[in-house]
Amino acid sequence: MSAATSWRRRTWVAVFVAGCLPAALIGFDALRGGLGANPIAEILNRLGFWALTFLLASLAPTALKIALGWTELGRYRRMVGLFAFFYAFLHFATYLGVDQFFDWGAIGADIVKRKFITIGFLAFLLLVPLAVTSTGRWVRRLGFARWKRLHRLSYFAALCGVVHFVWRVKADLRQPLVFAAILAVLLLVRLVGARPSPERRRALAQAD
Amino acid sequence: MKDDVVTPRVLYFRRREFLALGAGSVVTAAGLALARPARAADEPSLPLLPNVKKGPFATDEAQTPYTDVTHYNNYYEFGTGKGDPAASAGAFPPRPWKVTFDGEIGKPQTVEIDELMKWAPLEERIYRMRCVEAWSMVIPWVGMPLGEIIRRLEPTPKAKYVAFTGLFDPQKMPGQRLGVLAWPYVEGLRLDEATHPLTLLAVGLYGRVLPNQNGAPLRLVVPWKYGFKGIKAITKVRFVEKQPPTTWSRMASDEYGFYANVNPEVDHPRWSQARERRIGEFFKRKTLLFNGYADQVAQLYAGMDLKKFY
Repeated sequence: MSAATSWRRRTWVAVFVAGCLPAALIGFDALRGGLGANPIAEILNRLGFWALTFLLASLAPTALKIALGWTELGRYRRMVGLFAFFYAFLHFATYLGVDQFFDWGAIGADIVKRKFITIGFLAFLLLVPLAVTSTGRWVRRLGFARWKRLHRLSYFAALCGVVHFVWRVKADLRQPLVFAAILAVLLLVRLVGARPSPERRRALAQAD
Repeated sequence: MKDDVVTPRVLYFRRREFLALGAGSVVTAAGLALARPARAADEPSLPLLPNVKKGPFATDEAQTPYTDVTHYNNYYEFGTGKGDPAASAGAFPPRPWKVTFDGEIGKPQTVEIDELMKWAPLEERIYRMRCVEAWSMVIPWVGMPLGEIIRRLEPTPKAKYVAFTGLFDPQKMPGQRLGVLAWPYVEGLRLDEATHPLTLLAVGLYGRVLPNQNGAPLRLVVPWKYGFKGIKAITKVRFVEKQPPTTWSRMASDEYGFYANVNPEVDHPRWSQARERRIGEFFKRKTLLFNGYADQVAQLYAGMDLKKFY
């Protein structure tokens, strides 16, 4: 094993452990009574927070590549994205099964009538195809160009997730606005910095 | 693929299992957290209030544990997190404290809190408390019926509403250094609501002096209305002719009205009010009209469109 590979393995383990940590902390707090008087609401809030955090973190490697030319972080993007899905799935599953206890009437009404739930649901739906097609086999099956286009949905998912958070809070917008600001920077870098050079555009035009 | 070198085998082959494991853990965590045994911290340490008599209207539902009542609070003067008030109200001085009564009354005056507490016998009132956020508690308050206080002040015929003002002191209330809400907190009631026998000026809970994070030394309790009507750390009570502004309806008038009567039929624009989670329970329960106090208060709103006057 080369030095670079062993360093990457260690980093991989570190990112994996970091991804598991918020979930472990929920379990730990449940045991020591640290989830407070309304543990279901607390679990929901924490899972949503981490889904959004990992989702934005999964967008950062691309921005860093564009802005600073760093490519190393791209290797962990898939795992970070999968953790985003992991927490989004748990957030949604907790809402369905624990908060609403599969009261489909109430859940349906929520999704249709409450715009913050509509858009949160949309964010989750957008993440599903990305999680499904996250394997190497799916990249090959779709072809890299199409796969890449599909995975741009992650920006829309992040946008929906941030709006979901903004619309959820009662008065204190500080936290959702921090997420919104970070997403704005990531989007801006992606949109401005990723415009292909004139040569590349010509090459692309020929390829089509 | 070069990525395979660093991509986890666990995630390749165990993704679904990983999700299932996570979901199972959440259910377990929620169950554990709800079943958690009472801890040493449950023992209240504030002084007992003397000569508290049992008041009317008591519900016999299970009372929310003291720790939960005192550690799950919406009191933005001490921060917007539910645990912030308990964490940051410890240094708040609830004495000395004066309350000013003025406006359309025959006997305007400023009175010391300990003097005010002699104006009427202290009563225990075990009430349901329904938050606008769709959770609820059962709290044994100690206080005086506001109606008896108002009677002593001799309202004039022009007194149609009562306007309450909370303390404004960013030194003592760190949450007020943020502009999350317009400070000071203000609330109001119609005079007939204020003098209704259910309406309480609370000075304690669980037989003891009111904890700072619950609105010490003096707060309003109106059990058939959403919790935000219960203004805390009251310093001024003014009797007025016109409906006074209230903090949350000033903040978002389409979401929080002046009346704020608990009503399962009238949803908050962003969430349903049909059900609520009683703190400590797993399943949601149905929310009752006027929080279950319809027999006592429905006549106050006879003929009013409750969807319009929410």
